[in-house]
Amino acid sequence: MADTLTHTDTPEPSRRDFINILATTATVGAAVAVAWPLIDQLNPAADTLALASIEFDLSKVALGQEVTISWRKQPVFVRHRTPAEIAKAKADDHAPMKDPATDASRVKAGHEQWLIVLASCTHLGCIPTFGGGEYGGWLCPCHGSVYDTCARIRKGPAPKNLYLVDYKFLSDTKVKIG
Amino acid sequence: MSGPSIYEPKTAIERWLDSRLPIIRFGVDFMAFPTPRNLNYWWTFGGILSFCLVAQIVTGIVLAMHYDPSGAGAFVSVEQHIMRDVNYGWLIRGIHANGASMFFLAVYLHMLRGIYYGSYKAPREVLWLLGCVIYVLMMATAFMGYVLPWGQMSFWGAKVITNLLGAIPVVGPTITTLLWGGFAVDDPTLNRFFSLPYLLPFVIAAVVALHVWALHVPGNSNPTGVAVKSKADTLPFHPYYTVKDGFAVSLFLILFAMFVFFLPDAFAKVDNEVMANPLVTPAHIVPEWYLLPFYAILRAIPDKLGGVIGLGGAIALVFALPWIDRSKVRSMRYRPMARTYFFFWILSAVVLGWCGSQEPDAQLFPGVTFFNLIDYDINSVTWVSRFAAIYYFAFFAILGLLPMWEKTRPVPDSLFTPVLSHGAAVPAGAVAAPEKKG
Repeated sequence: MADTLTHTDTPEPSRRDFINILATTATVGAAVAVAWPLIDQLNPAADTLALASIEFDLSKVALGQEVTISWRKQPVFVRHRTPAEIAKAKADDHAPMKDPATDASRVKAGHEQWLIVLASCTHLGCIPTFGGGEYGGWLCPCHGSVYDTCARIRKGPAPKNLYLVDYKFLSDTKVKIG
Repeated sequence: MSGPSIYEPKTAIERWLDSRLPIIRFGVDFMAFPTPRNLNYWWTFGGILSFCLVAQIVTGIVLAMHYDPSGAGAFVSVEQHIMRDVNYGWLIRGIHANGASMFFLAVYLHMLRGIYYGSYKAPREVLWLLGCVIYVLMMATAFMGYVLPWGQMSFWGAKVITNLLGAIPVVGPTITTLLWGGFAVDDPTLNRFFSLPYLLPFVIAAVVALHVWALHVPGNSNPTGVAVKSKADTLPFHPYYTVKDGFAVSLFLILFAMFVFFLPDAFAKVDNEVMANPLVTPAHIVPEWYLLPFYAILRAIPDKLGGVIGLGGAIALVFALPWIDRSKVRSMRYRPMARTYFFFWILSAVVLGWCGSQEPDAQLFPGVTFFNLIDYDINSVTWVSRFAAIYYFAFFAILGLLPMWEKTRPVPDSLFTPVLSHGAAVPAGAVAAPEKKG
């Protein structure tokens, strides 16, 4: 008789329970299915994504000069580094850093003079200004992050080095970004 | 909303309506709401804030009729079309732009009143939480509304704040992308920031309704913090407090009008008169004055995630006040120690606000190097904001621990006592229940 007792302790689900569970599940499922398009529409649209790559003529940038160009509506630094800046960056390769990286890992071999990075401070997205800060690189005017001559974060609240962008050299003076 | 109804339909049509939709009953009982008789002018900000919300909604809807939410057209539609060509556009925008500052001024005084008089304590915790929710919604609305003129400060403010959300672990970058609708702040961002601040004021209005509902269940707190004991302690809301609130709104409007007509750009930034340029960051980015203390906390912490946690914590602790402050005495009128710490807390917020308005590497006393300790320049704005931020947070700990040693003053037996004992003699004719007279 013990069997019967355990049996009555947990009553068999009724038809009504089954219908309730089924209806609730269907409603929740439908709500999720409706919510997804409403959320996903906020993601970048196809025409926004289509602005994928640009070409840039490097011969316009003199030694020691820097230009800010727009790629996917984001600012990008193209900096023509002087030998002194490159030497300074290489000398610091093994200094303590928040986001350690060597100078060579941030440029293309054979094109060390060209540094191409996203110009958004990795803290909150302002554009750092060149010539500020004590590492000969950039200083962010918003919250005082300091980057060195290969745009590695050296001081201040930014967590990462300025992000590298995808690019390749089409020729010695032409580069394709994206 | 609570308590027995005092409404008695007098005519046949009122009785007919009352049994179908008791809306007159609702209105009559709402206005007759028993309110403590000793409320001072710090209690008039509820009325002032209601006025501000209505003013922002009305002017905002009108401005939306003339605004062009596109990257190319937004700046021109605001600075040229609305400000110069639309009839009275300058006035309506002046009210809307300065109205945001007036709204925050009023909400801060309203919140400080709540803290000083311990209004958040049981049984009004839900009332307090709803108020905090309104405050957060106000900040979101003000931030997105500020983006709309699409000037330099609008654009870079939007970029900084959306990047800020990106620091939240795991979901942060997704949230940022969903807000941007692209790779950076751009047209899609502007469009959704036009849609949302149109929606949010109505969400605020709905939460205000809940806030008022939550007020009508326990009733108002009052300057003594002593609970209402009998009907003699209260006055009907109308006409006593409608008139008092109305007078306060009039005074507030004088200040409001002073800004709209004589100092319309007092809160404006020069950089925002320049159209948004994604390739140039203004030399000095500052938020509106009402967000400066939080901005200073963000900058005081030299770590991205830490800064965001500090900023969020500074607001979250305000939500938690009813559970932090366990003192049995409600009003700081009888808590001299708590009152001192409270005034220093306001001071710390003001100092933080000042720090937030300065450049990150500025100094308190420019050029003075005396305060350099080892590697740290205590004279820098960063360090001043760190000390102020430490006190800002310490205040909550102090408030939580204070009841262990605090000596409070005697609390009156009824909220009525201090009213009568204010002067040496009770003025002739000041009877126990003034509402019974003529």
